[in-house]
Amino acid sequence: MKIRNYWNLRDFGAKIWEKSNRIQRVAISLIAIFLAGLLPFAGNGILATPISAYDAVLVYPVAIFVLMALGLNIVVGKSGMLDLGYVAFFAIGAYTMALMGTLTSLNTWQIMPFGIAFAMIAGVLLGLPTLRVRGDYLAIVTLGFGEIVRLVALNSSWTKGPNGIANIPMPPNVGPLEFDLFNQKVFFWVTMIMILLTIWMIRRLSVRRPGRAWEAIRQDEDAAELMGIPTLKYKIWSFTLGAAIGGAAGVLYASKNLFIAPEMFTLNVSILILACVVLGGIGNIWGVVVGATIIGYLPERIRFISDARLLVFGIVLVIVMNFRPDGLLPRKKREKAIVKKGVNK
Amino acid sequence: MFAVLIDQFWSLTIAGIALGFIYVLVSLGYTMVYGVLRMINFANSEIFMWGTFGAVVTNRDLFNYTQTSEPATGFRLLVVLLTGLLFSMFVAALTAVFVEFVAYRRLRMRGTNRLATLISAIGISIALAEVMRLLTDSRPVGSPRVLEKIILTEVWGANIRLDTIITIIAAAVIYFILERFIKLSRMGKAIRAVSQNEDAAKLMGVNLNRVITVTFLIGGLATGAAAFFYVTVFEYTKFNIGFTMGLAAFTAAVLGGIGNIRGAFWGGLSLGLLEVYASAVLGTQWKAVTVFVVLVLVLLFKPNGLFGEAVQQTRA
Repeated sequence: MKIRNYWNLRDFGAKIWEKSNRIQRVAISLIAIFLAGLLPFAGNGILATPISAYDAVLVYPVAIFVLMALGLNIVVGKSGMLDLGYVAFFAIGAYTMALMGTLTSLNTWQIMPFGIAFAMIAGVLLGLPTLRVRGDYLAIVTLGFGEIVRLVALNSSWTKGPNGIANIPMPPNVGPLEFDLFNQKVFFWVTMIMILLTIWMIRRLSVRRPGRAWEAIRQDEDAAELMGIPTLKYKIWSFTLGAAIGGAAGVLYASKNLFIAPEMFTLNVSILILACVVLGGIGNIWGVVVGATIIGYLPERIRFISDARLLVFGIVLVIVMNFRPDGLLPRKKREKAIVKKGVNK
Repeated sequence: MFAVLIDQFWSLTIAGIALGFIYVLVSLGYTMVYGVLRMINFANSEIFMWGTFGAVVTNRDLFNYTQTSEPATGFRLLVVLLTGLLFSMFVAALTAVFVEFVAYRRLRMRGTNRLATLISAIGISIALAEVMRLLTDSRPVGSPRVLEKIILTEVWGANIRLDTIITIIAAAVIYFILERFIKLSRMGKAIRAVSQNEDAAKLMGVNLNRVITVTFLIGGLATGAAAFFYVTVFEYTKFNIGFTMGLAAFTAAVLGGIGNIRGAFWGGLSLGLLEVYASAVLGTQWKAVTVFVVLVLVLLFKPNGLFGEAVQQTRA
C-alpha cells in the first residue's frame, strides 16, 4: 500500500537534521525554542484571537493540549493502545492541585509531584485489569473510566460537587518572573519547559529498551510476547507515563485557571486530545505538536464557527482517516506497523 | 439502604426486565457487528439516539400528538405504535448503513490499521451527535404521551403497567425473529460463516460486502426498536442520551460474551436488573458507575463473558 505524500514536510525537515553536525543541531534547537518562547509577543498581528485573550489561549488550550497530546501519544502512538479516557488523568491532576492547594499551604511546585503520583496510581489501577484485553475493549473501558472520574467529582461532597473548587492559589514567583492572571506569558514559558522535558523524555525512551518494546508491541503483540518482551509490564509503563503527563498538565491547568468544576473534564477533552494525536500523525512527536497546536488554536481563531466546531471535527476526523490514515505528518515508513493484509479487510 | 430494595423488589424487577430488554436489543447492534468485523461499532450509540428521534417525530409530527392531547386507544393505538416502531427501526437502520458506508467501507477495502477505522467511527459518531445537537438547540425533547400508562394488574404488590408489558413482549418477539433469521435464513448462515472464518466464507462464494451491510442493517433494526421502546417508556430524548445507553449496552454485550447473540440476551437482562437494583440501593446518580464497575470486573475475572469466545484471542 502506497502512501502518497503531496507535501512531504517531514522528510524535508529530517534531511536538514541529518545533514547537520552536533553544533548546528544545538543551534537549530535553540533558535526553535527561542522563537517558540517569543510566541506570546506575537499577538497583535494575524495570530490575534478575536474574543479570548491571546496569551491565555496560548496557555490553554494550545500549550496544555500539546503537553497532553504528547502524553497520550506515548499510549496511542508509541504502543498502539487506544485510550479514550485520557481526561481522567487530567482531572485527577487538576483536583489534586485544587484540593491540596486550598486545604494545605503547599504551593504548585510542591503539589506537582503529588498530582503526577496520583495520576500514575490511577493509571496502574486502571491498567492492571484492562491492559490484558485488547484494542477496542480498552477503548471502551477507558472511555467509561473518564466518565466515572467526572461523575465521582460531580456527585461527591469532598469535591464540592457541581459547584467546583474556587480560590486555587497561584504558583509562587520563580526568581524575577511573576505569575499574573492577566499576563500569562510566564505560564506559557513554564508549560513550554514541561513540553520540552516531555519531548526529551520520549526521545530518550524511544531509542532505548522501553521504546523498542512499545514498538514491538504495537506492531505485533503476540510476536513481541514470544520474543520474550514482558508485554503487560511495558504496556502498563506506557499507560502510566501517559497518565503522569496528563496529571502534570492537570496541575498546571488548575493553578492557571484558579477554579475548576466537573464540567471542564468531559469526554470532549479526551476526544479533542486524541484528535490532536491522530490529525498530526500518530506516533510522530512533531506531528503531534503540530496537530495539537492546530486543534487548540484554530477554534479560538475562527470563533464564528465555534458552535459547529465539534461537528466540523467529527467530519474532519472521518475525512483525514479515510484519505490520510496515518495523519498529516506521519511517522517514518520504517516505523510504521506492518499491515497484516487479510483478504479484502 | 436495602429497605427500598426489599420493599419494592417486584416492581423493581419488572422495571429491570423492561430496561433489560431495551439493552438486549441495543447490544445486538454491538454484538452483530463485532461478530463479523471484530470491531466495536462505536457509532451504535448515536444510531440509537437517531432512532429515538425517529419515534418522537412519528408521535409528534406524523400523528400530531401534543403534550395535552388525549392518548390513543384501541385500534388507533396499535397503528400509532406500529408506525412509530417501524419508523424508528427504519431511521436507525438507515443511519447504521450510512455509518458503514462512510466510516468503515473505504478503510476496510484499503486494509488500514484498526486504530484508523476506530477513529473514523468515533468521528462519524461525533458528527451524528453534533448534527442532532444543533438541530435541537442542545435541549431535551419530550415525546407526547401516546400510550396511556394504565396499570393492568398487580402482582405481589408490583404494578404492571401497559408500557412495560408492551416493551417486554414486543422486544422479546423482535429478538426472537432476529435470532431465528440468523439461525435459519441463507443470509444468516452467510453472516455466521463470515464471523467464523472470513477467508473460508469468501471462498465459499459469500458476498462479503453484502454480508457486512446486512449485518449493520440488522444491528440498526434492533437498535431502532430499542430506541422506540425507550421513548415509549421514558417519553423523552436528548442529543446525548446515546453515550450512557451505548456504554451500558456494550457492557451487556461483553457480559454475555460479545459476538454471541444469545449472550447479548442474557447479558442485557442481567445488566438491566442489576442496574435497577443498584440504583435503588445506591441512588440513581451512581448508576453509570455501577455499570462501569461491572464491566471492569467482567473483563478481569471472566473476559470471555458468560457465553462468548475469548476476547484475548484475535484472529490472524
